[in-house]
Amino acid sequence: MRHGGRLSEGAAGLHTIVEFDRVGLRYGTGAEVLRDLDFRLAEGGFYFLTGASGAGKTSLLKLLYLAQRPTRGRIRLFGEELSDAPRDALPPFRRRIGVVFQDFRLLRHLSAFDNVALPLRVAGASEEEVEGPVREMLAWVGLADRASARPPTLSGGEQQRVAIARAVIARPELLVADEPTGNVDAGMAERILHLLTALNRLGTTVIVATHDLGVISATPGAQLIRLENGNLIDPTGSLRNPPQPAGARLER
Amino acid sequence: MLERILGTPPERRLLGGGRLSGPTPWLIAIMMFVMISVAAAGLALAGSARVVRDGVAHRHMVQIADGRAEAPAALAALKAAPGVVSATPVPEAELRATLARWLGAIASDPQAALPLPVLIDVELAPGASPDAVAAAVKKAVPRAQLVSNTARLGPVLGALDALAWLTAALVALVAAATAAAVVLATRSALEAQRTTIEVMHGIGATDEQVAHLFQRKIALDALAGGLAGAVLAALALLLVTAGGLSGAGEWTGGRLLGSGDLVLLALLPFAATLLATLVARWTVLRALRADL
Repeated sequence: MRHGGRLSEGAAGLHTIVEFDRVGLRYGTGAEVLRDLDFRLAEGGFYFLTGASGAGKTSLLKLLYLAQRPTRGRIRLFGEELSDAPRDALPPFRRRIGVVFQDFRLLRHLSAFDNVALPLRVAGASEEEVEGPVREMLAWVGLADRASARPPTLSGGEQQRVAIARAVIARPELLVADEPTGNVDAGMAERILHLLTALNRLGTTVIVATHDLGVISATPGAQLIRLENGNLIDPTGSLRNPPQPAGARLER
Repeated sequence: MLERILGTPPERRLLGGGRLSGPTPWLIAIMMFVMISVAAAGLALAGSARVVRDGVAHRHMVQIADGRAEAPAALAALKAAPGVVSATPVPEAELRATLARWLGAIASDPQAALPLPVLIDVELAPGASPDAVAAAVKKAVPRAQLVSNTARLGPVLGALDALAWLTAALVALVAAATAAAVVLATRSALEAQRTTIEVMHGIGATDEQVAHLFQRKIALDALAGGLAGAVLAALALLLVTAGGLSGAGEWTGGRLLGSGDLVLLALLPFAATLLATLVARWTVLRALRADL
């Protein structure tokens, strides 16, 4: 699961997969949308990111999946300082991160199979190496019989599951999901949450941005990260100094 | 090997759209048609100029105005001069026939008191000094003038050279226009594929991988368009040369276009494909680093 790069180890023996050190972000010359974010996420943890619309959740996720650079502060992922890393150095780290976009971002002209296979093909896997895992992943998300369907012919829930399958096919160490249950009914939301927790039990650190309190309450043991107007709400300091021991995962 | 050039089927599916689906191949086909036609004309002009120049390179003409009486002396002096390969008087009948075009029947009348010049066609050996030969013939006949045929044809050869260079400039302009069209087509494709690029980057694709997709699509479009344009241009040139220009090869000493010229023309679609590929790659990498 680990692809190189040493995770940070804190004083309490914690392995942190994400470290933000006084991170700020602004777009262009506008006001800062994220301010002084200072937190650490333990490897193997399950986190919910909450906050009102416009609080900066999606911006924080973009920083996490390396689609955006901070305008100030330092970000370490997988033990590597990446705030100022050259552009060409980022793809290997992105391959260790799975992303579920709020709007799915499936490629409409590709089949579900091709969408899910994309991360493996980008990583250079041969077609023989792609076929089995992709079929298996589609079966895991309950879409084995929709492999050749294109996204426009899939329901919202099916598209969401294809997006999740694409995000996890390469067994990422870190999974970032933006409102993965935002466009589906309660039953499908429960099913998606089940997929995410199953992945977490396999060792992936999961960060889910959501408004859905039902989803949060249905996931005991998950830690909450709350944003308000670009500021991290961490009254107990537990995000700055995570209490969760290394490797602790959800037990459900 | 073919898969390396064309890409694997999944790679080809990634950008969507089939071959010849956009305006790019058709645009490049038109550009290639124009480029090959103009290049062929330029090569034919340059070839003609070269043949004419080679043909008259060592040939001179001795002229003696109304000098029929001095012709034998001039001829003897020429034959004795060093470096003269041959000295042949232009037959009087030939002179009269030429003058008849301007003067009419009187030029053909031997009884008419027409002051005919004496013209002696002189061929010098390569490296021979025209000045020494001119001095020798002037010594025998002071009124005789040795004129280089190259100098006489200078304005014509100059015009042919200028036209050949003009066609070269036109080919360069068409190539530049093709490159500009490729830049626009690539930018348009980048904009249309923004989601694909974002997803590709998000899952760890390098700029090289993204650029490779676009440059391959543009290259295949350019190759298809280039070959189509080349075939049309070849047909047009065959029609033109089979018609009014069929006799033109005679005075250029053979065909209008040599085998080297044909190879050069045949390489143009591939050169255009290479140009389109490099331009597309440059455009994509520049856009990715600047905007995305």
